[in-house]
Amino acid sequence: MSKENNHIEKKYFRSGISAAYFFLAPAMISIFVFFFIPVIAAFIISFTDFDIYSLGNYSNLRFIGLKNYSDLLGNELFWTSLRNTFYFVVAASPLSIAVSLGAALILNSKLVKLKAVFRLAYFIPVVTTLVAVAIVWRFIYHPRFGMLNYLLSFIGINPIDWLGDPFWAMPSIILMSIWKNFGYNMIIFIAGLQNIPEQLYEAAILEGANAWQQFKKITLPMLAPTTIFISIITMIGNFQLFAEPYVMTQGGPLNKTLSVVQYMYQEGFRWWNMGYSASIAFVLFIIIFAGTMLQLKIQKQTA
Amino acid sequence: MKSLRFEIKILNSKETLFLFIFSLILTLSLSCNESSDETVIDFWGLGSEGEFVKQLLPKFEAENPGIKVKVQMVPWTAAQEKLISAFASNNLPDAFQLGNTWVPQFAQLEAITDLTEWLRTSDVIKKDKYFVGIWYTNVIDSLVYGIPWYIDTRILFYRTDVLQEAGFNSPPKTWDELYLLSKKIKEANKNVEKYAIYIPTNEWANFIIFGLQNGADILKDNNTYGNFSSKKFTEAFSYLTNFYKENLTPLGVSQVTNVYQAFAEEYFAMYISGPWNISEFKKWMTGDLKNKWMTSSLPGPSENTKGVSLAGGSSLVISKRSKHKEETWKLIEFLSKPEIQIEFYHLVNDLPAVKEAWEDSSLSSNPYMKAFYEQFNYVVATPKIPEWEQIVFSKLQQYVELAARNVLTVKEALKKLDDDVNVILEKRRWMLNKSK
Repeated sequence: MSKENNHIEKKYFRSGISAAYFFLAPAMISIFVFFFIPVIAAFIISFTDFDIYSLGNYSNLRFIGLKNYSDLLGNELFWTSLRNTFYFVVAASPLSIAVSLGAALILNSKLVKLKAVFRLAYFIPVVTTLVAVAIVWRFIYHPRFGMLNYLLSFIGINPIDWLGDPFWAMPSIILMSIWKNFGYNMIIFIAGLQNIPEQLYEAAILEGANAWQQFKKITLPMLAPTTIFISIITMIGNFQLFAEPYVMTQGGPLNKTLSVVQYMYQEGFRWWNMGYSASIAFVLFIIIFAGTMLQLKIQKQTA
Repeated sequence: MKSLRFEIKILNSKETLFLFIFSLILTLSLSCNESSDETVIDFWGLGSEGEFVKQLLPKFEAENPGIKVKVQMVPWTAAQEKLISAFASNNLPDAFQLGNTWVPQFAQLEAITDLTEWLRTSDVIKKDKYFVGIWYTNVIDSLVYGIPWYIDTRILFYRTDVLQEAGFNSPPKTWDELYLLSKKIKEANKNVEKYAIYIPTNEWANFIIFGLQNGADILKDNNTYGNFSSKKFTEAFSYLTNFYKENLTPLGVSQVTNVYQAFAEEYFAMYISGPWNISEFKKWMTGDLKNKWMTSSLPGPSENTKGVSLAGGSSLVISKRSKHKEETWKLIEFLSKPEIQIEFYHLVNDLPAVKEAWEDSSLSSNPYMKAFYEQFNYVVATPKIPEWEQIVFSKLQQYVELAARNVLTVKEALKKLDDDVNVILEKRRWMLNKSK
């Protein structure tokens, strides 16, 4: 009896699986065709010198093994772009998370009125086209007519050429990028905050915990999963820095804002060195992958 | 749940049948169109040229019954990417517009047709109707790949009032004069943030122009090695970078958000640029300033050497895989007629490539155009290799900035530039060796 039952169950289960495959097939096929094949193709291309000469005539294609990768590691410009990208990731990610957490805490507080208005206001930069944002920020940063220098002049600071000075260009990009993107993380933090049961705070208050203790002992631990998610997403996003410097500085001055993705874009779609460009993509992939793994490990250990 | 039921309802209704029949009619009518004996030429124009060329075409279609032209506008910023992708996917139009520095790339790709055969029999298009320098931008290994459509070059825009204050009643004729004049303008404005000339570090053209003026060969050995550290280019390069070091030109490019406004405010008094600026300068230089600016052909390295400039502009080319080359050539002939070229000038302000069109009063009586006409007789092409844009945009501009900011000396910068250029040209050397 039980054997037969088991058999039926198995059969039912198996047919269920094939049905699942059937329904999954369209998605799987399109992921395979439009994602895996291009990725594999790009991987193969990264071992060739695919360029404009080869595009016209495939006999001009040379299989050059790891030369793209070794050239890349010996290229000063690549290291510059990598340094800039790390600078951006290390400086912008924690700052951006802190700002969005702060904004979320304020907006989640019972004392704040007009929450919907503020939430909308903080979220607007996220949905605004970057090109429009860049124009406004270029005026804010303008060395002669900019608002920022005007405000700083009241406390006696001489005009700074924000986007034109090799030292200040990256901080300026970071500031703008945080302003543009913190709203997205803020919304996720708000959702996380609203999931924390109210009783915990009530109990804490009864036990005489102050606001800081409540934040440290309840809010932060309860937000841990949200924070892990946000920090990984933010880190990956920041490694892919492209649009901000592309529209604000084009990588200048002195390549101080050139990011890895922008370098890859230039090599691939402006100079048509596809093979070289593909190798940059894979190096970037390895870096992001390693970064994500490291982050997961650290957070697992601390949790 | 609600929306799902709604969708199902639509699918079941009679509207589906209607939609089906409607689309059937559409497909049928489309295929009918193709099977008729009308030839449709696909033409891609870039930017405003692509937008305005449509207005010229009814006349062409009237003159050539049976030929229809379908124009698509491609924005300049995405143009090269789009054209190369179209080539890779075998979707290039019959005819398209190419910036003339792109011709070598598309010739290398074997994407465009050699037009020599058609030129032999054409009455409308003849080599001697064009400015020599411009014509040769389209000639690669003695094959003609494109016909100049409109042309441009870089000349000197200057403030007559500022020059007069500095004691110059006419624009500088030599490098020495340009330098002296710049010094004087700067001295008169010691305490204000004003400059003599604007030489942006992100415009490679100035550096190539001054190099060519000095007789430098930019590349050597059949364009397979960089030759930037040659004596002649070094001279020109240090002459220009000196303007940054002596504070005669602003160093960064972010101070000047609007070139025209800065020119009107006297932030700088001279600027080397092309004809696309004229209408903008006219817009900003109004009121008192109306007569306080002029154009001049470029100064030369010495009294006896005329200063050359770059042969710029756009050419018309025919795709190698076009099935309607005969008809497409007719379109190019039509667009090259002097009267059509003038009409086009009125539409988009693009300077006509055909010399005859310059006799029209709208050009010959325009004071700002005199300098351009003069300069067009002294224009030269940049090296015609596919890697050219990468060399100047990514490498030359980088080292210009490094030298201008004194991070590298002129000698170091040019040495490194040559090294980088030699790496870029490795493939070209391999290609040439292979074909030997």
